[in-house]
Amino acid sequence: MRSEWNGFVGGKWESEVNVRDFIQKNYTPYDGDDSFLAGPTQNTKDLWQMVLDLQKKERENGGVLDMDTKVVSTITSHGPGYLDKSKETIVGFQTDKPFKRSLQPYGGIRMAEKACSDNGYEVDPEISEFFSTHRKTHNAGCFDAYNQEMRACRTSHIITGLPDAYGRGRIIGDYRRVALYGIDFLIEDKQAQKDSTGRVMTDDVIRLREELSEQMVALKMMKEMAASYGCDISKPATNVKEAIQATYFGYLCSVKEQNGAAMSLGRTSTFIDCYAERDLKNGTFTEEQIQEFVDHFIMKLRCVKFARTPEYNQIFAGDPVWVTESIGGIGVDGRHMVTKMSFRYLHTLENLGAAPEPNLTVLWSTRLPQNFKKFCAKTSINTSSIQYENDDLMRPVHGDDYGIACCVSSMVIGKEMQFFGARANLAKCLLYALNGGIDEKTKKQVGPKYRPYEGDVLDYDKVMELFIDMVEWQADVYVNTLNIIHYMHDKYCYERAEMALHDRDVKRYFATGIAGLSIVADSFSAMKYAKVECIRDEDGIITDFKITGDFPKYGNDDDRVDAIAKEVVHKFMTAIRRHHTYRNGIPTTSILTITSNVTYGKATGNTPDGRRAGQPFAPGANPMHGRDTHGAIASLSSVSKLPFNDAQDGISNTFTIIPAALGKEDQVFAGDIELDLNK
Amino acid sequence: MTKGRIHSLESFGTVDGPGTRYVVFVQGCPMRCMYCHNPDTWAMTGGEMMDPEYIIEQYLHNEPFYKNGGGLTVTGGEPLMQVDFLIDLFTLCKQHNIHTCIDSSGIAYKPDNKVLIEKLDRLMELTDLVMLDIKHIDPDMHMKITGQPNDGILAFAQYLSEKGVDTWIRHVIVPGLTDDDKYLYDLGYFIGGLKMLKALDALPYHTMGKAKYEKLGFDYPLKDTPPMDKKDLIAKKEVILQGIRDRRKTDGVPV
Repeated sequence: MRSEWNGFVGGKWESEVNVRDFIQKNYTPYDGDDSFLAGPTQNTKDLWQMVLDLQKKERENGGVLDMDTKVVSTITSHGPGYLDKSKETIVGFQTDKPFKRSLQPYGGIRMAEKACSDNGYEVDPEISEFFSTHRKTHNAGCFDAYNQEMRACRTSHIITGLPDAYGRGRIIGDYRRVALYGIDFLIEDKQAQKDSTGRVMTDDVIRLREELSEQMVALKMMKEMAASYGCDISKPATNVKEAIQATYFGYLCSVKEQNGAAMSLGRTSTFIDCYAERDLKNGTFTEEQIQEFVDHFIMKLRCVKFARTPEYNQIFAGDPVWVTESIGGIGVDGRHMVTKMSFRYLHTLENLGAAPEPNLTVLWSTRLPQNFKKFCAKTSINTSSIQYENDDLMRPVHGDDYGIACCVSSMVIGKEMQFFGARANLAKCLLYALNGGIDEKTKKQVGPKYRPYEGDVLDYDKVMELFIDMVEWQADVYVNTLNIIHYMHDKYCYERAEMALHDRDVKRYFATGIAGLSIVADSFSAMKYAKVECIRDEDGIITDFKITGDFPKYGNDDDRVDAIAKEVVHKFMTAIRRHHTYRNGIPTTSILTITSNVTYGKATGNTPDGRRAGQPFAPGANPMHGRDTHGAIASLSSVSKLPFNDAQDGISNTFTIIPAALGKEDQVFAGDIELDLNK
Repeated sequence: MTKGRIHSLESFGTVDGPGTRYVVFVQGCPMRCMYCHNPDTWAMTGGEMMDPEYIIEQYLHNEPFYKNGGGLTVTGGEPLMQVDFLIDLFTLCKQHNIHTCIDSSGIAYKPDNKVLIEKLDRLMELTDLVMLDIKHIDPDMHMKITGQPNDGILAFAQYLSEKGVDTWIRHVIVPGLTDDDKYLYDLGYFIGGLKMLKALDALPYHTMGKAKYEKLGFDYPLKDTPPMDKKDLIAKKEVILQGIRDRRKTDGVPV
């Protein structure tokens, strides 16, 4: 065994890249409580204060503190950057200065230029010229291939948020590999992969060989970048500090080269804990030191920034990076995967204060240890910063080494990736079905000229028939648009750093998405259980509705309408599955738009459920605002009926509750008179 | 089965009994408490007539949420105004092993009504917990606050004690109205004599009901009363606890 691995239990992972095997053989499940945790060190407090000061300055500056306009960002484009070198235990920024946003034109030069100009900066004219004349971008490629219909759908927002002008993201490199194996081992492995490709040079083989070469270049650059910080990552990490640092460097390389819609971290905590346990046993580090490394790591993740336009920020409601880290879950052997490190990661919310990034996500199972559940609940109440996902639902599909990209997209780390596909506006599709493909806002013929709905009262069966036809059309244009996008992204904006930390043959999910599900479900419920009259404007286009009577609404655990929602998802997914997908991606869909629901609402007219034009959609799979009247569990129960098989890319439900509604504080109500009396 | 007159159903109750509970709000209450935060449940008419089977079905849909230390609570409105319905509902609950709880003001208790007592006896066999909300220990103050006397209510507390039904006493502490230390101590002294007293739930007055009054077009009697402060609440609760301790000492019950 290599000396760096001394003390670990060996196995398959020694001879092949197999992080899961390493974790399973070496992690220590922790059933205890949070009493072992250490608070922030003085250095941590000082550094965090510096970050807070920078954040304040950034806000005062209108949202951006500094932007690079001259140097195109690559893994090695920038020299080292620090907050305070003497105090940082984990180092590395995207550029040579904290809070300085990098220039990433490969997704699209116009987007990069606009991100700068909207914030008062100007991209170096030479770079603009280069990326307009000599080097094509992903964005330019997409528009070269789009047809007229695709452009019209894009403009009318029946398909929306497409990653054709920005990085698609949603790919998680297995950053842990950098720590466990070191770069040299990984390069050797990639070389062996390249040598193993087929000898007949078909398109696929040529592309693979070129990609593997790019990946090896990226790995070499990672080593060089780390060296500029005085770190050697050519060999395996020897302790927990090095393991965190190497993992972070892997991640850092990906955000130096990709301004993706979600740049998630993976599932690192239990992996890192193997090192922490070894160091604690050997007396290498104390608990306080280990927590400090973790705090500094998380602090760095909170400083990841991208150059983006105000329009982009509008779609995503802010400036999110989606540094999602998946924590906990249950192993396929039945042991839970909660370690002390799971606690330490969540504890950063106390040590540094609450924050939306990194997006700490607990893979929840009924079988998680009670102490960890309690700690999660406590931290949620104090900080409102934890996301929860159903491990019991995802484990059967992905096993026990998957992670979440963005908010809900699950994938096995290093073995699966996804092509992010934004979403189809189903509410608008329903209106197209009624109006024979004419857009209710622009009055333009966007969809096919099908026969519009005739009659004054909406008949459930007739409308459903029209709707299914229109969904088939929508799915067709949607999938084909995505085929172009991902072809061009691979060609002009390939994620070499992330893909270098994947296996050779990855499983690709071809992700699509749905917006407006609850609107469509309630609309059909209104048609079925109440009376919906349609109102036509002077051009004969249905633009409004009059509802008489009450109807069951999605979000109340009422099967009459919940079954409609389920059916709509299934019909949509069936339509998607019919199509050829780029690189044989496995089609999935998500019901997750938790930020862009406001934008989609603006682009959509009155709907038959009573929603007014311009009003926001409900986020993700949520019921429409205020329509769930039977309490949280009934509301969640409606959501939980949606079929995961048809929405494998994830179903999200945004849930806000005031702490007082979760129960009473112990001091106010002990629940036992004897406890009160004996105080 | 007797249908219940139901105001609403809440699937995620966390403050109406132990654990996470399915909460049935019945329609109709004879009390007119000045600080009531559910005035929309007062009217004896309206609401929706529901079968006990339907309610149990709703509960069972989401049973995993309630299984672990939770259950079903009937509140309102005044549940004991619909004893027949409660008997049928709780009979079904017991068939499904569901923990049952009634949140009541005790106002419906009439010791002289034999028919009622017989039914109550049956109901109590099906009831795991009663949360009895005593609005005020003093008869005159009680009349002022609720528009009803409290003798039957206190008798109901004794009845529960004798029947051996686990009892939580709830008491809303309203600044300037129910926060007099003397009365709080008296309340404690009274409930200290209850054999089945399992918990004391001192509830801080809040103003969240105000909006409902406006919506219903009712005049809100406590316009100028501020919400109860948490620190003060804990101190007031201690006064009640002292009453309980002293009573137990007098009765020779070990504390």
